Amino acid sequence: MPGLSTAHSVVEPSALSKRIAQGIVILYALLTMIPLAWILLTGFKTPPDSISYPPKLVFQPSLEGYCNLFTTRSRQTPEYIAGLPPAEGMCDEIARSRNMVVAGPSKFVPRFVNSLVIAFTSTLLAVGLGTLAAYGFSRFRVPLADDLLFFILSTRMMPPIAVAIPIYLMYRELGLSDTKLGMILLYTAVNVSLAVWLLKGFIDEIPREYEEAAMIDGYTRLQAFRKVVLPQAATGIAATAIFCLIFAWNEYAFAVLLTSGEAQTTPPFIPFIIGEGGQDWPAVAAATTLFVIPIFVFTILLRKHLLRGITFGAVRK
Amino acid sequence: MAEVRLDAVSKHFGTGEAAVTAIAEMSLTIGDGELVILLGPTGAGKTTTLRLIAGLEKPDAGRVSIGGRDVTGVNPAERDVAFVFQQYSLYPHLSVYDNLAFPLRSPARRVPEAEIRRKVGEVARLLRIEDKLNNRATHLSGGQMQRVAIGRALVRRPAIYLMDEPLSSLDAKLRSDLRLELKRIQQELGATILYVTHDQIEAMTMGSRIGVIDRGRLVQVGTPREIYENPVDLHVAQRLGQPGINLVPRALLPEVPAPPGAHTIGARTEHVRIARAGHADGVGLVRWIERLGDQNHLHVTLRGQDLVTLGEPDSDLSVGDRVGVEFLRPLYFDAAGRRIAAGA
Repeated sequence: MPGLSTAHSVVEPSALSKRIAQGIVILYALLTMIPLAWILLTGFKTPPDSISYPPKLVFQPSLEGYCNLFTTRSRQTPEYIAGLPPAEGMCDEIARSRNMVVAGPSKFVPRFVNSLVIAFTSTLLAVGLGTLAAYGFSRFRVPLADDLLFFILSTRMMPPIAVAIPIYLMYRELGLSDTKLGMILLYTAVNVSLAVWLLKGFIDEIPREYEEAAMIDGYTRLQAFRKVVLPQAATGIAATAIFCLIFAWNEYAFAVLLTSGEAQTTPPFIPFIIGEGGQDWPAVAAATTLFVIPIFVFTILLRKHLLRGITFGAVRK
Repeated sequence: MAEVRLDAVSKHFGTGEAAVTAIAEMSLTIGDGELVILLGPTGAGKTTTLRLIAGLEKPDAGRVSIGGRDVTGVNPAERDVAFVFQQYSLYPHLSVYDNLAFPLRSPARRVPEAEIRRKVGEVARLLRIEDKLNNRATHLSGGQMQRVAIGRALVRRPAIYLMDEPLSSLDAKLRSDLRLELKRIQQELGATILYVTHDQIEAMTMGSRIGVIDRGRLVQVGTPREIYENPVDLHVAQRLGQPGINLVPRALLPEVPAPPGAHTIGARTEHVRIARAGHADGVGLVRWIERLGDQNHLHVTLRGQDLVTLGEPDSDLSVGDRVGVEFLRPLYFDAAGRRIAAGA
């Protein structure tokens, strides 16, 4: 009925308002992606191109940044270079064109591996411990539950760096300085409070009837937890894992303070690149580009669990 | 299937001042193959009784035994009971088939998959959900979900089926279909069932016996007929009957030969007779006639008191007529609501 359809429905937004909303979202997405795109582009520029003014949007792509990221080089006289056998591989060639020779691999790969090990292990621990603790708080009568939950949350009330000095001293005493274990424990401790709170909310929403039904059907509580609660908490667990991973992956202050060699993660390593032989922005951009990839992949992989609503609604409230 | 006994079971919730008695010294035996109905208003303790038998709650006092075995301290998984919850409580992450198979796949049972397939198929046929087996549990209508929930209990042959208002969320048509279906299944399997409801039609039509429960106490247990005809008190009398029993203060009807101590006179709608002639317990005024097709409900005012009675569909009474009212087989209750025998 055309005469009646002009009224604004509260259920279904009009086509125009939908299009405006889409437009705003796309515009926002593009804006937030500009720095990322800039970094991606800079990674493929030569050092002179990267600092040219006005900035170059069209340029001759080069892998010099990536070569510089993965190698260490030493400066030599042109005569010395001319006397060398032909260059092995592209990176060597680029280095020689700048009067340098490749001296060996850089520390980027081990630092990146450190980041992967520390961030993923601490995320796994924080989410695992958080899920169990949240389940306990949600389902059992825990003495002083409210106070305990407040205490857990209170660890997040100051910036973690405020306790940097005590932790630094403590870690030195315990021999945890510059160890992967030390960083894993630290990030787990910081993340577990967030995990408990986020997951408690999700688990509270899963009706107890599910576990009760499972327990009557011959499952123990732990089996019911695994078979019934975990699959339904998947959304919450995925979201929590992403939050925890992003924190542990990006954390800079503690990493600078507590790691210097063995256990150094990527964030404190990246500024370190700048110092080596001039301001090598393409190498920094290359490192940053590679650094973004794991989080990007992890989020994409968990994306389907983030779509809330598919698993809820079979209990009539 | 087995006999289930509750011996003086009590259950309180909360502590100290705030403690609430959910179940008070309840004793009840559900015989092997019997379908016992627990009937009572919301909050009377019906669900708590089921949860106590299932082991989801531990009694503060008393004993629960199943098949002669004291299970008071035993885990739900080891009690061999099946529970149909009031809410459907299907596992939303599983298909209908997996929901039905879930109890059989429990580590405690370890039924072979071929056997599971056979049993699930059988139950699905019984409940007419064969074509929904591959659906996600969340993609069903309310009635289908409820049937799956019932099916999840029926795939097993437990000592007792505990059903908590399993039909309450369904529409009237489906409810009456499933009511008959459940009764048929129960008789076919010889199943022992404790069935909680606040719907008196379910109670009257399905139960071998009815236990009327009020504020945690079992007020009366008996066959539907006994409960209907011989209620022990006003509460039980009012629970059954649609429209509800007519209750008239004794003082309004001095003509009725009531026993001493009678405070209230109760008469079911079918026991209030309209008599045109002089012989009547009182004269009332027809206020309203509800024509239901097979019968009429006459609303009559007698000395300021409204009564409902049954009338023939072809009756020529009309609103405003004065009619004589006669009470057949009236029930007498004392001031505290307890029943007094007519001859006393």
